[in-house]
Amino acid sequence: MENSLGRNLSAELLQKLAYQPYQTTDFGHPKIQRHAPMVTATTGNDKVVNSLKEVVQKTVRNGMTISFHHHFREGDFVFNKVMRIIIDAGYQDLTLAPSSLTNVMNDIVVEAIEKGVVTNITSSGMRGSLGDAISHGVLDNPVIFRSHGGRARAIEEGSLNIDVAFLGVPNADRLGNANGMNGKTAFGSLGYALIDAQYADKVVLITDNLQEYPNTPASIKQTQVDYVVPIEQVGDPDKIGSGATRFTKDPKELKIAKMVNQVIVNSPYFKEGFSFQTGSGGAALAVTRFLRESMLEKDIKASFALGGVTKPTVDLLEEGLIGRIMDVQDFDKGAAKSMHLNQNQQEIDASWYADPANKGAMVDQLDVAILSALEVDTDFNVNVMTGSDGVIRGAIGGHQDAATAKLTIICAPLVRGRIATIVPKVTTAVTPGASIDVIVTEIGIAINPKRTDLQQALAHVPGLVVYTIEQLQQKAEAIVGKAQPLQFKQRPVALVEYRDGTIIDEINEVQD
Amino acid sequence: MSDSATRLRRTMMFVPGNNPAMIKDAGIYGADSVMFDLEDGVSLAEKDAARYLVYEALTNIDYGDTELVVRINGADTPFYDNDIKAMVKAGVDVIRLPKVESAEMIQDLEVKVAAAEKEFDKPAGSINLMAAIESAQGVLSAAEIAKASKRMIGIALSAEDYTTDMKTHRYSDGAELFFARNMILHAARAAKIAAFDTVFTNMDDPEGFYRETKLIHQLGFDGKSLVNPRQVEMVNKVYEPTKKEILNAQNVIAAIAQAQKKGSGVISMDGQMVDRPVALRAQRVMMLAKAAHLVDEEGNYLGE
Amino acid sequence: MEIKRIATAGTLESSDIQITIAPGNNGLQIELQSDVIKQFGAQIKQTIIDVLTNYGVQNAQIKAVDKGALDLVIKARAIAAVQRALEISEEPRWEVL
Repeated sequence: MENSLGRNLSAELLQKLAYQPYQTTDFGHPKIQRHAPMVTATTGNDKVVNSLKEVVQKTVRNGMTISFHHHFREGDFVFNKVMRIIIDAGYQDLTLAPSSLTNVMNDIVVEAIEKGVVTNITSSGMRGSLGDAISHGVLDNPVIFRSHGGRARAIEEGSLNIDVAFLGVPNADRLGNANGMNGKTAFGSLGYALIDAQYADKVVLITDNLQEYPNTPASIKQTQVDYVVPIEQVGDPDKIGSGATRFTKDPKELKIAKMVNQVIVNSPYFKEGFSFQTGSGGAALAVTRFLRESMLEKDIKASFALGGVTKPTVDLLEEGLIGRIMDVQDFDKGAAKSMHLNQNQQEIDASWYADPANKGAMVDQLDVAILSALEVDTDFNVNVMTGSDGVIRGAIGGHQDAATAKLTIICAPLVRGRIATIVPKVTTAVTPGASIDVIVTEIGIAINPKRTDLQQALAHVPGLVVYTIEQLQQKAEAIVGKAQPLQFKQRPVALVEYRDGTIIDEINEVQD
Repeated sequence: MSDSATRLRRTMMFVPGNNPAMIKDAGIYGADSVMFDLEDGVSLAEKDAARYLVYEALTNIDYGDTELVVRINGADTPFYDNDIKAMVKAGVDVIRLPKVESAEMIQDLEVKVAAAEKEFDKPAGSINLMAAIESAQGVLSAAEIAKASKRMIGIALSAEDYTTDMKTHRYSDGAELFFARNMILHAARAAKIAAFDTVFTNMDDPEGFYRETKLIHQLGFDGKSLVNPRQVEMVNKVYEPTKKEILNAQNVIAAIAQAQKKGSGVISMDGQMVDRPVALRAQRVMMLAKAAHLVDEEGNYLGE
Repeated sequence: MEIKRIATAGTLESSDIQITIAPGNNGLQIELQSDVIKQFGAQIKQTIIDVLTNYGVQNAQIKAVDKGALDLVIKARAIAAVQRALEISEEPRWEVL
């Protein structure tokens, strides 16, 4: 069967997993009964458990769904420690449901799959050896990829029911009051983990920094936590976030960033009180710098910046150019550190950030989103999940969610090496073209034809060359040549949910 | 194509001839000219490889309106003849000869280029030439070098070798280059060809770069040789005409049009005669304004 | 034409391809490493074979390590490598360019 984007989906698999094919970006106004966790009542005096092994024994059973967050990124120790115990104890048939999987987690996940410990995975994404193994069919059941907003929705509505959440924190007291911003392994916002803390049946906090009770400010509260496990070290501070964020010197990235800024500044959204989200890539960071100059020049201030936060965004806050930062995660030490210094840097959870099944998410208020892409096709559909060889090496993150902004800009080079970025048809559709407005490449931009208003607004910007998306695709092909189509086996290894829980695409096993 | 009156040459961006990644992207930064380097930017062992890479780039990549220049190896090297042949066969716009000290060097090059044009069925005279001046002798001979051939479109100062030859080095105020710059500029103007200033290599000193670019702009150079794509925009900024200059140029051009309409040989504006230099300057201002996107195709001012 | 010596051209930098040509006795044997082998493997090999055929080389062992080179780069590197292998680097075959 095909969904409304013309993506081929296995009808049998969708039926088996009770999924509907993707139809539209419009979520509508459905009434949704939220799921509530099973609570084991306690006075709280017996929460501290002195070994991970013991807490695993107390909480995990075969067939359960367990979760982790990825705020420690490449510096994470918690995931490997807990999974080691789970594998060695011989558990079977678990569903692994972390907010995302970073490279440091790859090897142990592959081991857990091979030993039958993990038989289902849902995540925002995966890379490296794990993505490679999944794309080669190591897991019998398809991985379910969800955006950050989509994961919050799935947890809230109960389609993802977490039995045990193992949440590493840089500080906690003996009852489980914890935040992400203090301690040597601080990472700033706890945004993704807050949903697990709120909805998992059992919540285990793991920390290397046990504080006097009561520990404040508390992002995770004692009312949510079952166990607190002190361990020696939860992560490597040097690998949690990047150090000082440097602006790119790459002339191509700078050129793209400058054009992105021209698009923003000449759009109808660049006015007092506008809002924006930028990513953490080289070009996106440079956009922040050019945007700053334009804001100063035109005396325009933003009401808020959203999403993953970097130091340059914090600088804008401190300079008074942004009213608030709505912070779901922090990409560098500067952004993490500033959280408890800046009252106006508000921690938000993934639901508040991006959940469509909500009474209003931040992304619904967003004017401008700047996002990246591995591929964009002539229908403006975006792939951020599979590489040029068809292998999984990416993450949805907040891509689908932030793309609902009024002006969604994708910045990507026309070609990378010999791989075209603008293609006739993306390998995997992750974000639908209906939510994408402008593509910016180093040679010029393309505007979604349904945005006649933007076509008009951007038609006569000095130095900004406007092509059709088909022209960009042809220019890319003229440079790299015509690629042989990738070969896949007729076997789905992953399903990509749209943020509303429908299936936007299927990823098949690669043929080598 | 090479007419100094109709082509801007504000920026000549150097691209090492053996670097595929840089060659691939050379056209996207808006440089007026791109100079692929087969000489100092390529090690001795890779001279042949760079020559074929640049050849393939020139014959396969669409660089749009960019003027394409190749700096070949000098006559005193074993690569000179093959560089000339390959670049003529590729149909490059301009061959740049390094370390030129006499008109004869250009005339020798011209003979070989003409022969290669014949050999590879290229239109006679289609390949232009330019000279880089890199020594005291070259500076003293600049006038004759600039006029050495009808194919000459420009003459450039190359300050690293020149300052070494002069037993000095580069200073931030550029006083050591004052004579050379003026010699080259006068030679170029007398021959009615373009004058290019030398490179500025310290990317961490944007103030120094702007200072030097403003100086050479004031002296009258057409533009500057560049080592980094990020410098293109900086030079263009310096060469951007002011609003006042643009409005004045528009009036001059309107006066010319009116005079032509009346069939009058005398052009007057605000009761004053517009002479040829004023008209030429107005045309150049409008060309610069167009390139800087300060006016539209019809010449209407786009600024606020 | 017989390959006279083992010769290499190109680098392992991004957008480049390193091509090594050695004597062989069983036609043109190409061993190709590339991140884009699925999409462009056949084209890369064909470009190299075309260049060698134009030089009249019938037997050679070729090793190519591709880093995402465009076709024109592959051709240029193949030309440089084969001329070096035939020891005619400074006597180019103009008709082949």
